[in-house]
Amino acid sequence: MEDQNKLLHEVTGRDYRFGFVTDIETDTIVKGLNEQVVRIISAKKDEPEWMLEFRLKSYRRWLTMKMPDWAQLKIPEINYQDIIFYAAPKEQAKYESLNEVDPELLRTFEKLGIPLEEQKMLSGVAVDAVIDSVSVKTTFKETLAERGIIFCSFSEAVKHHPDLIQQYLGMAVPYNDNYFAALNSAVFSDGSFVYIPKGTRCPMELSTYFRINAQNTGQFERTLIIADDDSYVSYLEGCTAPMRDENQLHAAVVEIIALDRAEVKYSTVQNWYPGDKNGKGGIFNFVTKRGICKGISSKILWNQVETGSAITWKYPSCILIGDNSIAEFNSVALTNNYQQADTGTKMIHIGKNTKSSIVSKGISAGHSSNSYRGLVRVAPKAENSRNYSQCDSLLLGDTCGAHTFPYIEVANSSSVIEHEATTSKIGEDQIFYCNQRGISTEDAIGMIVNGYAREVINKLPMEFAVEAQKLLQISLEGSVG
Amino acid sequence: MNMLKITDLYAKVEGKDILKGINLTVNQGEIHAIMGPNGSGKSTLANVLVGNTNFEVTHGTVTFNGKDLLAMSADVRAKEGLFLSFQYPVEIPGVSMVNFLKTAVNEHRKYRNQPPLSAGDFLKLMREKKAMVHLDSQLTNRSVNEGFSGGEKKKNEIFQMAMLEPTLAILDETDSGLDIDALRIVSNGVNLLKTPNNATILITHYQRLLDYIVPDFVHVLYEGRIVKSAGKELALELEEKGYDWIKKELGE
Ligand SMILES: Nc1ncnc2c1ncn2[C@@H]1O[C@H](COP(=O)(O)OP(=O)(O)OP(=O)(O)O)[C@@H](O)[C@H]1O
Ligand SMILES: [Mg+2]
Repeated sequence: MEDQNKLLHEVTGRDYRFGFVTDIETDTIVKGLNEQVVRIISAKKDEPEWMLEFRLKSYRRWLTMKMPDWAQLKIPEINYQDIIFYAAPKEQAKYESLNEVDPELLRTFEKLGIPLEEQKMLSGVAVDAVIDSVSVKTTFKETLAERGIIFCSFSEAVKHHPDLIQQYLGMAVPYNDNYFAALNSAVFSDGSFVYIPKGTRCPMELSTYFRINAQNTGQFERTLIIADDDSYVSYLEGCTAPMRDENQLHAAVVEIIALDRAEVKYSTVQNWYPGDKNGKGGIFNFVTKRGICKGISSKILWNQVETGSAITWKYPSCILIGDNSIAEFNSVALTNNYQQADTGTKMIHIGKNTKSSIVSKGISAGHSSNSYRGLVRVAPKAENSRNYSQCDSLLLGDTCGAHTFPYIEVANSSSVIEHEATTSKIGEDQIFYCNQRGISTEDAIGMIVNGYAREVINKLPMEFAVEAQKLLQISLEGSVG
Repeated sequence: MNMLKITDLYAKVEGKDILKGINLTVNQGEIHAIMGPNGSGKSTLANVLVGNTNFEVTHGTVTFNGKDLLAMSADVRAKEGLFLSFQYPVEIPGVSMVNFLKTAVNEHRKYRNQPPLSAGDFLKLMREKKAMVHLDSQLTNRSVNEGFSGGEKKKNEIFQMAMLEPTLAILDETDSGLDIDALRIVSNGVNLLKTPNNATILITHYQRLLDYIVPDFVHVLYEGRIVKSAGKELALELEEKGYDWIKKELGE
């Protein structure tokens, strides 16, 4: 195995592919957080009074809260006075055509492989790119507008669709929900907003790319998706960040509301900078994502492939209120080197005949720690509800850790909850068998890991599934068991 | 030039010496049978040759088509044309046979500077080779060896051999676990794959395989050494008399 290890190192010894910094002029404010900073952010965005009030209320609440300490994570002290809470590319967001965009920025998109120009037409993906918390360019807006679909930056939505924002903001994730949600509610700078009107099937994937670029900045984006009766939308989020020695904070909030018979599929390929091989640097990814199946027979699917971040604290959840509503959580979380992940979901069954399913595939390598934490709660009135959970862990080597924390609370007798869990290891004999057929150790591991994660990867939209597969393989650099 | 030349090869596993001075030469077009009591080191020899790093070579040299075999990693040895039909093929859950074989075949092709096979050509090749060993079509839709019966696993090994067309194939007890019909079919497959340019090493305990695949040489491996080599008649003699007479010859 020694030799194979070395070989693997050589072959896959590439660094984080997205670790470049772009030299774009940024408009930043002073470091630190206080009420004044919250007001400045709101003023910079020219926000209405009610928005500022929401922020201030959240900020004041945040001051009284403590960072959660129940996760299986070792989180270093975060100095909030050392973080810049607002950074935006200086050329402001309103571009009519790509020609007006700072060429450096376009080059960034190119490096990220974001098909912002004609390629976009081919791939049929509408993209909202958020760099350092500000939405830079939303494509395909017109095509979508013809069908009454709103896909824009959160700031624009505050200006142009205040009724929708006021009605739904904080419905799934209240401003005081948890420490990081409160922080986000106070200082969020931008994000994406989606509204799909009644009876409308969104004709293309909607996608947002998040990019942290400036130094010492935190990224606090906010996404709100509303699917009106009988509508459908598939939404994808991707993210990258430069390699930096210091940790950077990312505390996002995503809210989804699905009304009667609406379906929302939210897929994430999370590839924030994970830190170096010794655990230096990397993004702290503390994210609150929650959907409400508000209407009858509504459906929300969370699909995630998580390979990045130094620390991940994230539980995309669903509250199944509407009778016969359905929720799914499908996750692959990979940790290597000194990465830590505590991720999972909460499925809260409130309506009758509600169904949820959880498929969690953890992959741990190196010295990493990878935990699944899940709650399934069935309320007394949620008769005939069902949950199926499957939590698998795959270990590479014996210096990593995998943990599973399933919590189940069922308050009626007509509901059925099933839970299965497995732990397995990639065996040397499996790798050797592949070697003997001419397959290198690197490819063998990629093949086995992708086989293991296939069930989840298959749920992703096609082009992202391919990207996710590559990501899994390159993230396992130097980690043969 | 000899295809395979093993000279004074010593190897150990877990600190224990298993191979203690193996000498063996295999040329193009030849079929060699290696027999010997349980635990004598037959599978160890096969594993050492294909580059299993659990086994440590402590002495000796091996050349394969003139190249230093021991200097190559396992996957390179495979791509140089060395194939092992495992005594105990391992299961790889989640990896489909089709994906596995497509990767293997294309890695071989890449090594020879050939373009990858198109999906159509690959499937055609697979159909052709499956027919050769009468492999149940459904099996290639499953994960590698997962839930295969003992006999199916052995058939699957020979199917993979047919797909990869090695220059030197080592079959480690491929006959064990096969029913009477399967033994005939698999042997027939191996014979079909035989050309004047390749060679085969059969590791077996029984004459019945050698009735179908007739060896040019039979060797007896005993306590890590090849203690007797002769023509195909040696196998019949072993079948009849067992190994005691050889041990006696060795003065034990
Ligand atoms: N991984 C291992 N760890 C410890 N001992 C091993 C290992 N592999 C093989 N051995 C030992 O090496 C010796 C030779 O084993 P090997 O499998 O080569 O025998 P064999 O000739 O193939 O026997 P059989 O006819 O039963 O297949 C045996 O004593 C076996 O226990
Ligand atoms: Mg053996």
